Amino acid sequence: MVKVPEKATPFFAYAPAPESRAIVDIAASYGLFIDGEFVEGHAKSFKTINPATEEVLAELSEADETDVDLAVRAARRAYTRVWSRMPGSERAKYLFRIARIMQERGRELAVLESIDNGKPIKESRDIDIPVAAAHFFYYAGWADKLSYAGQGVNPQPLGVAGQIIPWNFPLLMLAWKIAPALAAGNTVVLKPAETTSLTALLFAEICQQADLPPGVVNIITGAGSTGQALVSHPDVDKIAFTGSTEIGKSIARTVAGTKKRVTLELGGKAANIVFDDAPLDQAVEGIVNGIFFNQGHVCCAGSRLLVQESIAEELLEKLKRRMSTLRVGDPLDKNTDIGAINSAEQLRKIRTLSEIGEAEGGERWSPPCDLPENGFWFPPTVFTGVTQAHRIAREEIFGPVLSTLTFRTPAEAVEKANNTPFGLSAGVWTDKGSRILWMANQLRAGVVWANTFNKFDPTSPFGGYKESGYGREGGLPGLAAYLKGTD
Amino acid sequence: MARIDVKKTYKLYIGGTFPRSESGRSYVVNDAKGNLLANAAQASRKDARDAVIAARKAFGGWSSRTAYNRGQVIYRIAEVLEGRREQFVAELRASEGITAAKANTFVDAAIDRLVWYAGWADKITQVEGTANPVAGPFFNISSPEPTGVVAVVAPAGPLLGLVSVVAPIITTGNTCVVIASEAHPLTAITLGEVMATSDLPGGVVNVLTGSVAEVAPWLASHMDVNAIDLTGVTDVALSTSLEVAAADNLKRVRRAPEAAVDWLATPGLDRMTDWLETKTVWHPIGI
Repeated sequence: MVKVPEKATPFFAYAPAPESRAIVDIAASYGLFIDGEFVEGHAKSFKTINPATEEVLAELSEADETDVDLAVRAARRAYTRVWSRMPGSERAKYLFRIARIMQERGRELAVLESIDNGKPIKESRDIDIPVAAAHFFYYAGWADKLSYAGQGVNPQPLGVAGQIIPWNFPLLMLAWKIAPALAAGNTVVLKPAETTSLTALLFAEICQQADLPPGVVNIITGAGSTGQALVSHPDVDKIAFTGSTEIGKSIARTVAGTKKRVTLELGGKAANIVFDDAPLDQAVEGIVNGIFFNQGHVCCAGSRLLVQESIAEELLEKLKRRMSTLRVGDPLDKNTDIGAINSAEQLRKIRTLSEIGEAEGGERWSPPCDLPENGFWFPPTVFTGVTQAHRIAREEIFGPVLSTLTFRTPAEAVEKANNTPFGLSAGVWTDKGSRILWMANQLRAGVVWANTFNKFDPTSPFGGYKESGYGREGGLPGLAAYLKGTD
Repeated sequence: MARIDVKKTYKLYIGGTFPRSESGRSYVVNDAKGNLLANAAQASRKDARDAVIAARKAFGGWSSRTAYNRGQVIYRIAEVLEGRREQFVAELRASEGITAAKANTFVDAAIDRLVWYAGWADKITQVEGTANPVAGPFFNISSPEPTGVVAVVAPAGPLLGLVSVVAPIITTGNTCVVIASEAHPLTAITLGEVMATSDLPGGVVNVLTGSVAEVAPWLASHMDVNAIDLTGVTDVALSTSLEVAAADNLKRVRRAPEAAVDWLATPGLDRMTDWLETKTVWHPIGI
């Protein structure tokens, strides 16, 4: 038996290793990026804060219906007059140019992302920003090869795309949306989440640096009502949304009876299934990466650990020991594993569901850890003794909270894994190849990670079954989502 | 004295059997001249729910058949339909009042469409699937998989239209609940007889006859239906309300066509891809 430390005694002492924020220049206030220019919004402004310190970072404009209309008109003009007429090879070069500038300004983007979102700098530096740039690189190359995209010999763009992205991977989700849309010849109006708009506004500046024709990309900041105005705008041809299942359903209702096309990438409650023959130390790393990556603010997070009964005790001891080494704190510190929860609202939700987990009979455990006084923080948490009826086994918590259930047979693992209205992702840990393939066949989920978890790549399609939404992002299906076939 | 002929009772086709509507209701179906052709069962909410249960029960088995086997079964449907072509020609002429030549054209096309889709069963995965060259030491592959139970409002073409919407759904491993053309429901039930004798497992295709406006909303809001095909919905308000109801569990929706469909034209892949999910599997590469 591994002894779990009682107090916060680190295995190693770490000196602070903060990344300098001097590289980032945040303005006091920002307008909306419409038709290639930053313009004043017509409605009120709102503040964006650093969730690690609660310090106000900047004032942003909340786009109202008039602003949304201006942005859609700019996108339509750019679509009709410039972008849809431009040869694909020329569009490609703009996208390559954007990818290159994102790489050149990568450190700046990473620091700004961590300040605005609260995620650890090692994640924004090594994952969010490079993978975002890679998306532009990947789709840039498609722009002049659309006739090979499996959508007929002369596929056509859809027109103006309205895109709404969440706060968990702000720049990466922007890249998932904008890169394929532009490659296919569409123009876009994108609304970032209200708590994480700054990297999208820096991206607008990158579009200017790249000399992207005005109106091809429009960035409008705001909250739910801005998003609603965009979804209901009659001149938008396509809605792409990443966010909660609840909002996804309301978008599906709003577009009913129109000609708008929709792709939705929504919630999840992924099972991460560990069999008794799995390499346990690797599985522990996969479980930790599955649920504590990005503070658990991940729609495909492995939030339900399904562990085979015979190894449950051993695995949990190892997991708890590993959790005791996770460093929670300053997102800009290069040694931080878990940063700040993105907002007070999200922290409330995580706390509420965790309290419900305890009240319903789950056993809650977190390693001892000192949390900063200001800002929004939640320690890595694991629940044991969870049943399928518990709310923490059914609802998306979207935080660093893992619910553990056990199973005896592969069939029972499949039954429990699929017993959810969601179907975004799943994980399988076993040394047996045939079992991996059998499990992969049985799991009703859009992404199955076997002996790995939370891996993303521009070439690899991502998206869910059932109430996790429809459509795919990444790869060839991600391009097809912005094309009209001609067959 | 002339022999009294034996008339067929048209019932529903649910789970491989032919039950009457549990509601005990039927409605009059006339021929093109307005004379009584037969009574058709008028399906209820309960019949729709029974049909969904049958379709869900059949899904696991049908979706895990090999693609080769599904292709064989669909080809078998074409064979059996060919063998009964005279009956279908006669039914189409009676219900739609069309010429023998035209009826023959539709029957030919329906048989050929089934053959076309039978051939797709073991090819669609290769056309729609991808091997993904990710930037890391991982095996990464995406394959299409059936979405589940599909509810269908069939178009007015009582044979060719029906076959054209149902065949792609089952070719790709889905199961379905079909509301037949309200005006011409009889051929759909006769097609059910063809399916029931073609090695198609019971429940893979379920056929309801009756009022689209009454039954379709129950299917659109059913939480165990994964997708809905509105091809046969002609009422714009109904179509919108069905799409709104479908959002309750995020059903995949194929909207009613904007213009009249030429069912004789060779279809594209979209009637298959609309009912497919992409599953991506990752595994590390190492020694």
